[in-house]
Amino acid sequence: MAFAPINKNYHDFFVVRDKDACINCQVCVRQCSYGVHFWDEARQCVRHDNTKCIGCHRCEALCPTQALLIQEKPSNFKANALWRPVFIKNIYKQADTGGVLLSGMGSPADIPVYWDNLLLDASQVTNPSIDPLREPMELRTFLGSKPTRLEFEETPEGPRVKTKLKPNIALNFPIMFSAMSFGSINFNLHIAMARAASELGTYYNTGEGGLHQSLYKYGKNTIVQVASGRFGVHRDYLNAGAAIEIKIGQGAKPGIGGHLPGEKINAKVSETRMVPIGSDAISPAPHHDIYSIEDLHQLIYALKEASEYKVPVSVKIAAVHNVAAIASGVVRAGADIVAIDGMRGGTGAAPAMIRDNVGIPIELALASVDQRLRDEGIRNNASIVAAGGTRCSADVVKAIALGADAVYIGTAALLAVGCTLCARCYTGKCPWGIATNDPYLAKRQNPDIAAKKMANLMKAWAHEIEEMLGGMGLNSIESLRGNRDKLRAVGLNQIELDTLGVKAAGR
Amino acid sequence: MLLDADNVYYRELNQQIRELVAKGETEFEIVNVRGQRYIADGLDGDLKFLIHGVPGQDMAAFMRGPTIRVEGNVQDGVANTMDEGLIIINGMAGDVVGYAMRGGKVLIKGDVGYRVGIHMKAYKEKFPVLVIGGKAGDFLGEYMAGGAIILLGMITGKPDAPICGRSMGTGMHGGVIYVRGEIPAEQLGPNLKVEPVDAEDMKLITENLEQFCREFGVDLKAVLTEPFQRVKPFSHRPYGNLYVAC
Repeated sequence: MAFAPINKNYHDFFVVRDKDACINCQVCVRQCSYGVHFWDEARQCVRHDNTKCIGCHRCEALCPTQALLIQEKPSNFKANALWRPVFIKNIYKQADTGGVLLSGMGSPADIPVYWDNLLLDASQVTNPSIDPLREPMELRTFLGSKPTRLEFEETPEGPRVKTKLKPNIALNFPIMFSAMSFGSINFNLHIAMARAASELGTYYNTGEGGLHQSLYKYGKNTIVQVASGRFGVHRDYLNAGAAIEIKIGQGAKPGIGGHLPGEKINAKVSETRMVPIGSDAISPAPHHDIYSIEDLHQLIYALKEASEYKVPVSVKIAAVHNVAAIASGVVRAGADIVAIDGMRGGTGAAPAMIRDNVGIPIELALASVDQRLRDEGIRNNASIVAAGGTRCSADVVKAIALGADAVYIGTAALLAVGCTLCARCYTGKCPWGIATNDPYLAKRQNPDIAAKKMANLMKAWAHEIEEMLGGMGLNSIESLRGNRDKLRAVGLNQIELDTLGVKAAGR
Repeated sequence: MLLDADNVYYRELNQQIRELVAKGETEFEIVNVRGQRYIADGLDGDLKFLIHGVPGQDMAAFMRGPTIRVEGNVQDGVANTMDEGLIIINGMAGDVVGYAMRGGKVLIKGDVGYRVGIHMKAYKEKFPVLVIGGKAGDFLGEYMAGGAIILLGMITGKPDAPICGRSMGTGMHGGVIYVRGEIPAEQLGPNLKVEPVDAEDMKLITENLEQFCREFGVDLKAVLTEPFQRVKPFSHRPYGNLYVAC
């Protein structure tokens, strides 16, 4: 025992089992994919190993007698404001393994959430508020390049728009399902997203893992993504969706590539990505055909040529320090949509140091990009989609007031189907059947039920957005877009206020 | 069908080609090509192109099936994410040839630039092959996941340069690079094994070189005078043990 790992007992969670309530039914044993619960033959009862618990709460949720409680293990380290337990534990782990700290989902670090400092306006006396339950309310949103000016011509049938319009996609409300690849999440959830998006009249993004043949029928509600690994990218794929997105960066891991471990590559994932079973699928950090804005222009137009200019091309970038200048270059390179992913965005796997320390929050990035594109007179050339840590409909409304045309939700959609943010997506053992391709686990997600839950969430948010808009006296989401006068800030300094372009509350 | 690309903007040229293809045209000879981009991008099926001049960036990107012969050099990005087809370049090629190419074949008579064959991948019956008669720049076959690159180093405008640039095959986790003659060890990326080729390798090499020599009028016997080396990765999972859960 002299050389046992130091951190053997410094695990994060412990299981509290109510012995009176437990009926030894072994549901917990079957549900736990990490082997925490087990049947003790000698003692003829269910027991558990706390060290293996990752805090997903699956057993607690499914225990038929509510006998289980998963609790965070209180740290026994002496309190130290600098050396918080997370740092101590990570050092022990790295000393044991020499490994890079890997995690999943969005950052749990205490990165400022500016949404919480922004407050919305409402009408009082001077203009009437609108009741969306009884009055028309327009949430319809078009993404894509808009013309600088419109020309009309007279025809015998009446006036007609002469200007040739670029392709746009139409959303019934300004929320889409963010890029989550098939492989990182399983097929049941891809079906669910496709069905939910079709039912709702919005879009889901395939992520970089290709599109399974059986989902082509949802193409008109699909955005197909092209990332540096080009997995499953071919001409049919490019022409299968309603828009194409080039993924340059991801908010959770700006500047680094992707890496789907061989464990998650089963037959169906292999078929969709067109890579061998069990071999790692590595996405290089950059697209090696894009080393400049001019190169980006080249890929955008190669995609437009391959899709015959029928669909808008989006470019997704992570929110980093010079995001406004970068976004300007992206728009000038010919992107019809620029998607900005803030540093609180989720991921299937990212080195923790990158996830917790690289990038900037979406609120600041969004406001500065919108302002920059306006200042340069090119805001109409592209739509802005904001992503990365949108938790509720008020966040959506605030994003639109800061200048977004629409938002992508990823983590929220997974929460809708049971995710508890245990952040072990990269293991392929997700007990909720989400970030796993193991058929035993994946069948925990019924695509019909998952689609229903995702659609319910979106519908609920859409209603709330209508309520908030109505309260402000607006009857169209268009009237809110970039309308920062509808926002006021609390608890921010002058530089933050200037960057956000928002007045302090009371002013 | 003879097309004259003199003073024609790429969008019009490509639009014209697409319209002709839609009408059932299958054979094209395009003259006076001077840097027009995206020729044959995303085209599908058994089409034939003979191009005189210098095609621009990203020729044959996302292409599936057609055969293209270029009498001249080509710019960057040939066969980007190509799925199927045959490209014969009677000249040199620029940077980023065959990026993420999944199938088909590219034969280049002379030298190629940097970052060639990055992330080439194979899948089931799809097995991309890239034959380079000249020398290659840095990062040849980086991240390579499948398929084969055959590098001859013979027909070159750079007699003093090494056969390949720095960091050849770095991050490679599948596929194979065959090199005629010696591989300068200092140009090779880490975690790769260099071995003499076996009979099966020679079968693949000879098959492709026969075609190469036929297309470009090169003497196969002269090409086969030197032995070939094989570069392969040690692991399909080069980063499998890199991480620890936190």
